[in-house]
Amino acid sequence: MTAHAITKNEHHEEHHDADSTSVLGFWIYIMSDCVLFSCLFATFAVLHANTYNGFGVHNFLDLPYILAETLFLLASSFTYGMAILNVYKKRRPKVITWLVITIILGLSFVGLEVNEFLHLMAIGHGPQTSGAMSAFFTLVATHGLHVSIGLFWMIIMIVQLCKFNINSAVTRRLTYLGLFWAFLDIVWIFVYTVVYLIGGM
Amino acid sequence: MTTEPTHKLTSGIKTLRAYIIGLVLALLLTFISFGLAWMHVDKMNHAHLFSPGALMFVLMIFALIQLFVQVVCFLRLNGSKEGRWELMPFLFVLFVAFIIAGGSIWIMWSLNYNMMH
Repeated sequence: MTAHAITKNEHHEEHHDADSTSVLGFWIYIMSDCVLFSCLFATFAVLHANTYNGFGVHNFLDLPYILAETLFLLASSFTYGMAILNVYKKRRPKVITWLVITIILGLSFVGLEVNEFLHLMAIGHGPQTSGAMSAFFTLVATHGLHVSIGLFWMIIMIVQLCKFNINSAVTRRLTYLGLFWAFLDIVWIFVYTVVYLIGGM
Repeated sequence: MTTEPTHKLTSGIKTLRAYIIGLVLALLLTFISFGLAWMHVDKMNHAHLFSPGALMFVLMIFALIQLFVQVVCFLRLNGSKEGRWELMPFLFVLFVAFIIAGGSIWIMWSLNYNMMH
């Protein structure tokens, strides 16, 4: 009885501290990633006028196409939230369903982006052509790479959910991924506004 | 044995209500920004609502509002006792990002200005 009470008490207090500390650690990683992105945004702001033959974002901008990308990513942020809410309720099939929907939305986003890049390279405006295009590709592709890693991570989490069910480790990892995924959508708000809406003017 | 409700360990309690409010506001802000840029790019429409400089400023304001909406509704950052640990690095990074991006734009603008005068 005493032993049980002690174990329970330890579990209650130490578990709580360990988890909130490690979430803070992941949060600090995300914040350092923010610094990376702000450097890339600064680079884009400085180089966007250094075009070759005047070819910049305004030449290939397709606003509805970018809006579609934005909506896919925003929707995926919401569906990931639905997955997290079901994690709290310990409903594994629903968690997996929402994760699969999130992956489909995320893949649509990455697909549209890769298609845009391939189109630009096909018409002879790859990253090597000018300072403006280098800055554009570096910024947008770094974000796209983060999204791709997030999608890969989601697939791993689905495998873990199938194997281990919703235990505390899986919940913690899903919490990290949730922070990461919401952060990527927030970075995209600025890519959408600065690169496409303002850069395309 | 029931475990500690894990959602208390994250940056804030996630609720369906917060997610829906966040989604609706984010969609609204995205569409407003899109509409403003669309009207500007549309060559047939000669009556522009804003000058390019003003439009840039307005679009940045909308982006910052959406940053705030998503941080509050999706990340659930808050000023509570536990939330403050995550709020402080966030505010610090906003400050750093402002110096990096704003500073670069300021320096390059001054450089261009001084080259021409």
